[in-house]
Amino acid sequence: MATLYIDNQPYEVTSGNNLLETCLTLGFDLPYFCWHPAMGSVGACRQCAIKVYKDENDKKGKLVMSCMEPVTNNQRISITDAEAKEFREEIIGWLMTNHPHDCAVCDEGGSCHLQDMTVMTGHSYRKFRYKKRTHINQNLGPFINHEMNRCIQCYRCVRFYNDYAGGKDFDVFASRNNVYFGRHEDGVLENEFSGNLSEVCPTGVFTDKTLKQHYTRKWDLTMAPSVCQHCSLGCNTIAGERYGSLRMIANRYHGEVNGYFICDRGRFGYEFVNAPDRVRQPVLNGKTVGRDEIMEEIKKRLKESKVIGIGSPRASIQSNFALKALVGKNNFYHGVSENEHDMAELAIQILKEGPARTPSLKEVESADAIFIMGEDLTNSSPMLALAVRQAVRVKPMKEVIQANIPDWHDYAAREFVQEKKGPLYSATIHGTKLDDIAAQTHYAAPDEIARLGFAVAHRIDSSVPDVENYPDELKKLADTIAEGLKKAERPVVISGLSSESESVMKAAANVAWALNKSNKNTGLVLTMLECNSLGLAMMGGGKLDGAFNAILHSHADTAIIMENDLYRHGSTATVDKFLKMCRQIIVLDHTPNPTMSKAHVIIPAGTFAESDGTLVNNEGRAQRFFQVYEATDVIQESWRWLLNMGVNAGNERMSHWKNFEDITKAISDEEPMLKGVETITPPATYRVAGQRIPREPHRYSGRTAMNAHLNVSEPKPPEDPDSSLSYTMEGYRGLAPSSMIPYFWSPGWNSVQSVNKYQQEVAGHLRGGDPGLRLIEANKNTEPNYFMSVPEFFQPIAGHFWVVWTHHIYGSDELSNKSASVSQRVPKPYVMINPKDAEELKLTEGQLLSFEVLKDVYELPVRINNTIPAGLAAMPYALEGMPATGLPEWGIIKSVDRK
Amino acid sequence: MFSIIQSMWLTFLHMFHKRETIQYPEEKIKLPARWRGRIVLTRDPDGGERCVGCYLCAAACPVDCISLQATEDEYGRRYPEFFRINFSRCIFCGYCEEACPTYAIQLIPDFEMCEYNRQNLVYEKADLLVNGQGKYPGYNYYKVAGLAIKGKGKGQGENEEQPVDVKSLIP
Ligand code: SF4
Ligand code: SF4
Ligand code: SF4
Ligand code: SF4
Ligand code: FES
Repeated sequence: MATLYIDNQPYEVTSGNNLLETCLTLGFDLPYFCWHPAMGSVGACRQCAIKVYKDENDKKGKLVMSCMEPVTNNQRISITDAEAKEFREEIIGWLMTNHPHDCAVCDEGGSCHLQDMTVMTGHSYRKFRYKKRTHINQNLGPFINHEMNRCIQCYRCVRFYNDYAGGKDFDVFASRNNVYFGRHEDGVLENEFSGNLSEVCPTGVFTDKTLKQHYTRKWDLTMAPSVCQHCSLGCNTIAGERYGSLRMIANRYHGEVNGYFICDRGRFGYEFVNAPDRVRQPVLNGKTVGRDEIMEEIKKRLKESKVIGIGSPRASIQSNFALKALVGKNNFYHGVSENEHDMAELAIQILKEGPARTPSLKEVESADAIFIMGEDLTNSSPMLALAVRQAVRVKPMKEVIQANIPDWHDYAAREFVQEKKGPLYSATIHGTKLDDIAAQTHYAAPDEIARLGFAVAHRIDSSVPDVENYPDELKKLADTIAEGLKKAERPVVISGLSSESESVMKAAANVAWALNKSNKNTGLVLTMLECNSLGLAMMGGGKLDGAFNAILHSHADTAIIMENDLYRHGSTATVDKFLKMCRQIIVLDHTPNPTMSKAHVIIPAGTFAESDGTLVNNEGRAQRFFQVYEATDVIQESWRWLLNMGVNAGNERMSHWKNFEDITKAISDEEPMLKGVETITPPATYRVAGQRIPREPHRYSGRTAMNAHLNVSEPKPPEDPDSSLSYTMEGYRGLAPSSMIPYFWSPGWNSVQSVNKYQQEVAGHLRGGDPGLRLIEANKNTEPNYFMSVPEFFQPIAGHFWVVWTHHIYGSDELSNKSASVSQRVPKPYVMINPKDAEELKLTEGQLLSFEVLKDVYELPVRINNTIPAGLAAMPYALEGMPATGLPEWGIIKSVDRK
Repeated sequence: MFSIIQSMWLTFLHMFHKRETIQYPEEKIKLPARWRGRIVLTRDPDGGERCVGCYLCAAACPVDCISLQATEDEYGRRYPEFFRINFSRCIFCGYCEEACPTYAIQLIPDFEMCEYNRQNLVYEKADLLVNGQGKYPGYNYYKVAGLAIKGKGKGQGENEEQPVDVKSLIP
């Protein structure tokens, strides 16, 4: 702690931080551009100038850049000093000498840091009388719009894209006031985190291109806190609506989970909500019907049939629970494949009964050694890859600190570190985007990855069985990894479901547990396949095969399938057979899929934007997402449909549940693993000074005109029975509880930079604590109960391929696939093989290989990849026409087509 | 008593004052050009729609009676896809005109817009857009903005240099 005098007032502050973040933490408004809380300072923009005084007698002081000066004890500074103020005003004027007269047509307007800072500094008249330099823009693909004239040369974009996110196709060009930020030529920005440029750039140079298609100012959006639905990490997002369609997804800061960033799948995947083919009306035997009719029909049908319910890993726990309550505990099945089901249960067992704790993303960022097993993180859990990228800097940063360079002094720190990296060991099926920062990479079949894991674990704790007949080079590799992990203060082992190999996950657990014996800071991260995989697994229920059997053996004749495309979780043949055998298929979903096309009854469910719900992410953190807008037509949340059905059918228990809270309370009471989920947000009755928290900013416009073409008398705004957010602009304007922040805004801070005002300290936890509730905690002091069976070594078979998954950030997720922008990035189906195999089969890149796997024959163009081991073939997970379940499995080579 | 007589006297004198009442509607009233009446959307000197769909008028409107949706043509020129004013709510404060950075939205000296049916007071873009520049002739926002549109590439706006060649080595 240190005492800092700001304009002669003493404040107790943390020493070592820079003055800028300290002032912001204290709540002062101090303008800045180039400093970013997640990226530190470089002192490029000169906007954050303040006065520093030698002592209390020093009246003159000197101007310094507050972002470049550390706090020292008894330091005296001034923010309001006239000279400092004038300096800041002049600086922003200079930064804008070439700035175009664009606010009216600029997508940043209304949430523009440059506008905010201009007002804050008081700069109002342009003094520069010469011509403005101009730039030609680039087409950067479907996600990001480029308008280079608006640049103020703060260098944030290139620091984020290259230094922080590891991008390689973006840079700064030219010199002096001609500097240009972009690609070397037009083309798609390749990095998976490019969307963050729209938030990182303080101006309108980089903006969200999908928002541009239906542009709305921030002040005109109806916004609600949401949770990303596109992978298991559960990044927090803000979703905004206008005129009945979802307009954008932005990052919602969470100190433990996603911090300041989200990935492009999460940011741009939302467009499926607006897809023209959304299900908007109930359908009965192919005919659109009304709400009453469908309810009557379902009541009749449920009465006279034996019903099973199939839940979904992409539906909220409320929806799954309502289905379970409707059909009865014994008739509720998890809609996931056997392997997915078992592995999710295994993950829970490992995390709950084992001694190693699962860290949050933020904690992964501070790991000083990482061992990745079987996961192509960039594609399966993108933000985890970004966290790993930060973690490799942890070890070299220790030297930086020793050299007396503060860690936020980004440029100096990066110069000092150069290319040094902390230990990252990556054992994956084929090369990944993280390989460029890995100390060791190993490409192998899943079982071989598991064997490496056993070998490493054995070297850390000899009670784990060693791998027999292990080749020398791999022994050496295992030694290196074991050494590296043992030396670390906070090692983290990462594995998960995407290779769908139990042995890999078990081996990862062994490594983490072995490490944990001597180092209690060891972390173990297990990723899941879908946003609520873990939540579903924590809720009792049968396997999908059980559901199939129930119908095949005539224990039931009707299936309610909720938000689930069964073809993603069972083989085509079985699902076909199952759906054929069902006398009645009732599907609740929002987006058409092959399962729905076979349904007799289709009920239009709400997407995440039209629903309230809770998801459990891979960390076991239960997080609530809120309805952004009331759906039009008859769309409502799955759980509400199911409640209505239950009440209709005379289900005694369900008739007591009136709203979201009642269901959530029941979950907490009845599902032991989900105990406490009702506490993660304040109750629906929560009010601040008698008021709700408004979903709309106070400048929200057009209320009395937006529906006037339909009826000049405005309808009453909807009331939210499920939360204490309101659908209007009226309500409490102060800080909302951290779990229900609909948007970040603070007087004078219209852009996302206002998040500073919501944090306990800059880049720290949100005020009131980061939201969500961790439901799984490790059994810290237990003795590890190691998995003892080492898998056999992998032996290729002639004429066969061991067919494995490869995941794609764009394409492998069901919903984001339907987004217009993301779908442009989805690759065409292919099969990836090793050059040796290709040579043997006399195949060159792009020629067709036909093989049979899972009883289906696929004919796919080959991609030859040096990293995938011989004997293996990788198929993209769940791309259109590709399987999504059943692998890894042997495939038989049928023929090759060298056309 | 005295004050009553005085009042009657003053009232009597009014009979010889100039008449303020006019025989509306037979006789039309002359309004100053800045009188705040019916709202129109104007065009720039080239005949293009002036409104760029910036939403500032809507935000400034104290009764929130303006709603629009911005869109852009294939060359990047912004314009409103729809533009609606609910005149049954409008209080003719003129804030929209003040907020408008392009001089598109203007209040004009016309107040003859009564309707029997309130629904008819909802004006769409077709009802609002006029073929003229209104009170502010000569202004063309796109000439001074940095955005490129059809017929005006980068560097062709007022006060703009030719675009930088980023690959040039000249310092
Ligand atoms: S970047 Fe900001 S200041 Fe510049 S034109 Fe856009 S909105 Fe205006
Ligand atoms: S493009 Fe944006 S982030 Fe990059 S230097 Fe310019 S203003 Fe800064
Ligand atoms: S990492 Fe996963 S949860 Fe986070 S934004 Fe991306 S898809 Fe969504
Ligand atoms: S303020 Fe002017 S340019 Fe902007 S939307 Fe309104 S009329 Fe159009
Ligand atoms: S923020 Fe301090 S110099 Fe840019």
